[in-house]
Amino acid sequence: MRVGVFICHCGRNIASVVDVHWLKNEAAKLKNVVFCEDYIYLCSEPGQKFICEKIKELNLTHIIVAACTPSLHGETFSRTLESAGLNRYLLEIANIREQCSWVHQNTPKIATKKALKLIEAALAKLTYAKPLTPLRVPMIRKALVIGGGIAGIQAALDIANGGFEVYLVEKEPSLGGHMAQLSETFPTLDCSSCILTPKMVEVAHHKNIHLFTYAEVKNIEGTVGNFEVTILKKPRYVWEDKCTGCNDCVDVCPVIVPNEFDQGLGARKAIYIPFPQAVPLVYTIDLENCLNSKKLIVCENCFKACGPRAIDFLMEEEEVKIKVGAIIVATGYDLIPLEALPEYGGGRYQDVITSLDLERLLSPSGPTGGVIRRPSDGKIPKSIVFIQCAGSRDPEHGRPYCSKICCMYTAKHALLYKHAVPEGKVYIFYIDIRAAGKRYEEFVQRIVEEERVLYLRGKVSKVFRKNEKLVVLGVDTLTGRTVEIETDMVVVAPAIISNNGGKALAQILKTPIDEFGFFTEIHPKLRPVESPAIGIYLAGAAQSPKDISESVAQASAAASKVLALFSQKRIALEPIKAEVDVKLCKGCGICVKTCPFGAIKIIKKKKKKYAQVSKAVCQGCGSCMGACKFRAINVAHFTLKQLFSQVDALLEG
Amino acid sequence: MRLVLKSETDVLKKVEEISGQNVFSCYQCGMCSAGCPMSEEMDLLPNQVIRLLQMGAFDEILGSSTVWLCASCYTCRARCPRGVDLARLMEAVRLIVLRKTKDDYIPPARMVKEKLPQIALISALRKFTR
Amino acid sequence: MKLAYFPGCTLKTTAKKLETSALAVAETLGLKIEELPNWNCCGTVYSLASDDLIKQLAPIRNLARAQSFEYKTIVTLCSMCYNTLAQSNILVKNDGEKLKKINEFMSEEEDYRGEVEVKHFLTLFKEFGLENIKKIVKKPLSKLKVACYYGCLLLRPKRIGIDDCEQPHILEELVLSLGAEPVNFPYQVECCGSYHTAVKPEIVAMRAYRILENARENGADLVVTSCPLCYFNLKDRQRDVKRLYAGFKEMPVLYFTEIMADALGIT
Ligand SMILES: Cc1cc2nc3c(=O)[nH]c(=O)nc-3n(C[C@H](O)[C@H](O)[C@H](O)COP(=O)(O)OP(=O)(O)OC[C@H]3O[C@@H](n4cnc5c(N)ncnc54)[C@H](O)[C@@H]3O)c2cc1C
Ligand code: SF4
Ligand code: SF4
Repeated sequence: MRVGVFICHCGRNIASVVDVHWLKNEAAKLKNVVFCEDYIYLCSEPGQKFICEKIKELNLTHIIVAACTPSLHGETFSRTLESAGLNRYLLEIANIREQCSWVHQNTPKIATKKALKLIEAALAKLTYAKPLTPLRVPMIRKALVIGGGIAGIQAALDIANGGFEVYLVEKEPSLGGHMAQLSETFPTLDCSSCILTPKMVEVAHHKNIHLFTYAEVKNIEGTVGNFEVTILKKPRYVWEDKCTGCNDCVDVCPVIVPNEFDQGLGARKAIYIPFPQAVPLVYTIDLENCLNSKKLIVCENCFKACGPRAIDFLMEEEEVKIKVGAIIVATGYDLIPLEALPEYGGGRYQDVITSLDLERLLSPSGPTGGVIRRPSDGKIPKSIVFIQCAGSRDPEHGRPYCSKICCMYTAKHALLYKHAVPEGKVYIFYIDIRAAGKRYEEFVQRIVEEERVLYLRGKVSKVFRKNEKLVVLGVDTLTGRTVEIETDMVVVAPAIISNNGGKALAQILKTPIDEFGFFTEIHPKLRPVESPAIGIYLAGAAQSPKDISESVAQASAAASKVLALFSQKRIALEPIKAEVDVKLCKGCGICVKTCPFGAIKIIKKKKKKYAQVSKAVCQGCGSCMGACKFRAINVAHFTLKQLFSQVDALLEG
Repeated sequence: MRLVLKSETDVLKKVEEISGQNVFSCYQCGMCSAGCPMSEEMDLLPNQVIRLLQMGAFDEILGSSTVWLCASCYTCRARCPRGVDLARLMEAVRLIVLRKTKDDYIPPARMVKEKLPQIALISALRKFTR
Repeated sequence: MKLAYFPGCTLKTTAKKLETSALAVAETLGLKIEELPNWNCCGTVYSLASDDLIKQLAPIRNLARAQSFEYKTIVTLCSMCYNTLAQSNILVKNDGEKLKKINEFMSEEEDYRGEVEVKHFLTLFKEFGLENIKKIVKKPLSKLKVACYYGCLLLRPKRIGIDDCEQPHILEELVLSLGAEPVNFPYQVECCGSYHTAVKPEIVAMRAYRILENARENGADLVVTSCPLCYFNLKDRQRDVKRLYAGFKEMPVLYFTEIMADALGIT
């Protein structure tokens, strides 16, 4: 064993705290270390070359890099080893930045000592390291896209157009997501359906796309290249292949309920399509509101009216199992409910509506045919007060983050209202205007200047009803005056929050979400579309609040990641997998229960019961290793022996 | 009138110490002022008091009626998105003033001569006298 | 369970009506409350400064006394007393250091352990069960439209609030159980001007005007409240309101316990 130790300064990040020269001298004295040197930036091209040359020149067999976290440059240095002809698993990284210089900035002496300890620990672990070879398994070159909003649609089309099959799963009866609810879109004012519907239709007709609407993902097993997915198709009580979308059933249905798609501002029947451009154009019976139940049929109106006999009250939910190699999560967002904003009435006042409600009132296919009418009495409001940041940037009552899109859509709303009601008056309460996008600032300024919309810098503290009107108590911090406005309607821009089913889905996918329920990316800057679970990618507002162009950009990025993955027929898997020592194993089965991925089975061979690990399923998490009483199971590269000696080295002295 | 900003921060430190609040948590949304029941009578809005504290312009606050008009009703604190307890900041400023001078802000003799509920009198004494 | 009743100064003097009606109601409901022996003034306003612990002595002394008489709960009627006792209690519960200092200061009392619970009468009624109150109502207040005024100190700050600080409903529920109709009343949580009544009565009158007009706009026949200071500001200051706003018509203001007593047939 001929170990080379390379210590990185990371500019001043490490070297300004840790005494790298002392460290170099001390590390050089350690057992088996034949070479030790420090360097200003090891991750740089010349830095890597330096390591490479030294390996060759001195015949080094094992390498320690003392630098930043392995999650940043572990891959970089592994490749360096490979290019010098060494096995990549004969590398250990001692993290002397995040775990040392950054956290002990004020105590450089102790930090320097700790750095040496970390190198010693790395050396102890490396002593028992074995060369490993990646596993290569066949890859299923099909993708699953979860969520049929604009992000999911774009991702599915890109992959399908790349020549691979896609399963697109949407939980609602139609594709489209929130974009389908919008009237016109900033900053260009394209009509939302006009640009969205063609894409929805393309999805439905694409020979490479299998569309599952009114369906959800129930279970996922396996890993990148080989996911096994169970899709649950909820019963529509209408056969998709028979329904012609003629609408005859709707005319005869006696039940009228609020239409969720219209934010409850319009009505639908118990048999319905959410909106006229729905894709697929297949009707759905909402059994909760239908007069019939599973047990008792009392109304057969639609059944009788349906020419092609598409209605079937006996339809059951159905499970479909598919196999895919990659998954894209595009489950979108929700809005914080008005109930969470009690100072604005908490949903008590009919004419205090959300921005999404207003989109429906502005939409030509919406409940008012595109005429802005206030919910209480159907009158066209002569003035509207908009309240931005309702629950956003509010760690006390809502969410601490900026919802990013409200500044822009509020400006759009002001414009569309002024176009519809030129003599109407608009007030917009804002804290800051965040219009950082291509042509966004110009859009906002145009509205201020040309439409003479009054922006008031400050928050609204209270909204209440006074006879037919609403009274808004706010402030304009620019003049330093509190203001009171009597208005016909108030539109709040509620915080964008994560989709409430996201948590359950994250559990199924075994991929992390942040404290607000948004899916987490592996690196916010450098790997923004990949989730930490390999083979699972993110698109759209499921990751964080985004507008359409950002959602589409990210969807295409995620799709291109999938296409890159699919460019190979086989997939290399990390060989960091659990291995069973059959001699020590008693077949007790505790590991089977602990494994979160279901990778372990107990088998019986030649009268002996023992555990067997499926290498393709195992993620190398090590739960089994911790649980086994007999120390019979070890994860390669992180064996008990390696970890114990690492810990011992840290505790010594 | 132009404010000359000084780098001296002793008073600000004292205000933060007494109130336990970080004035830089405030992002000047004005929610406190918008809901303040007394703002109509104030010469500086509550958010302007914090702004001046952030700027270290304590003298500007000294001449203002705002902290004395504050009724400690906690409306601002209930609604502040940033969790700033402005009522405590107001109290800190009042205390700094009262502790420095020999006079009450409003001496008992100048209080209303009516039969008031005890709690009204005692609170007024606690807020306005030394 | 025995409950200690903390009246506070005002209930023994200007707000006698609140005490009499509340105690009568409590007796009718069979609530076991006993006036805390040798209570002292709570200090009225909770000190908002971190550096004058001395102002916490008055409220904590009362809690220590409740503890020494083995009461687990202390109930108040006055919103101000409630607020001060509750806030001080939380302060020492969360800060052992401060509690220790205060205890050292009050060497004449037994050490307060921070375990007494501070409650307001309204919570007590709710726990008693509004359904049960409904059952014993003798003269339902039907057709009476009531504006329930909470003011500040029952609800804010949030951590001692007896209900939601923007849209409370505990008084409304009580009023409903008495057979009356609570009205929509946006100004129910707006401050009345509080102790400014002692120095700037005209500002308080302006506040009172706004609040009472808001009640009237929403069809209220009367306003109920639980705080002697709010009561004074909303009721007695109407004299000044009339001077400031010609045409202002008087609005009856009552303690919530008064209308309870009425409905329960206690006179
Ligand atoms: C009032 C308002 C106005 C706006 N105006 C504009 C504008 O003018 N211009 C602009 O660029 N942007 C605008 N936006 C933003 C725009 O709505 C979003 O950028 C866009 O909808 C994000 O698309 P998405 O696909 O990521 O999410 P979504 O549109 O939310 O779509 C997600 C889809 O996933 C489905 N889904 C969720 N969970 C599951 C699950 N577990 N299984 C299966 N399916 C699931 C949902 O049903 C939905 O169909 C506006 C937003 C609002 C609120
Ligand atoms: S509400 Fe809070 S954040 Fe907003 S201006 Fe007032 S103190 Fe600052
Ligand atoms: S505490 Fe003071 S500043 Fe805050 S709302 Fe009440 S009166 Fe205004």
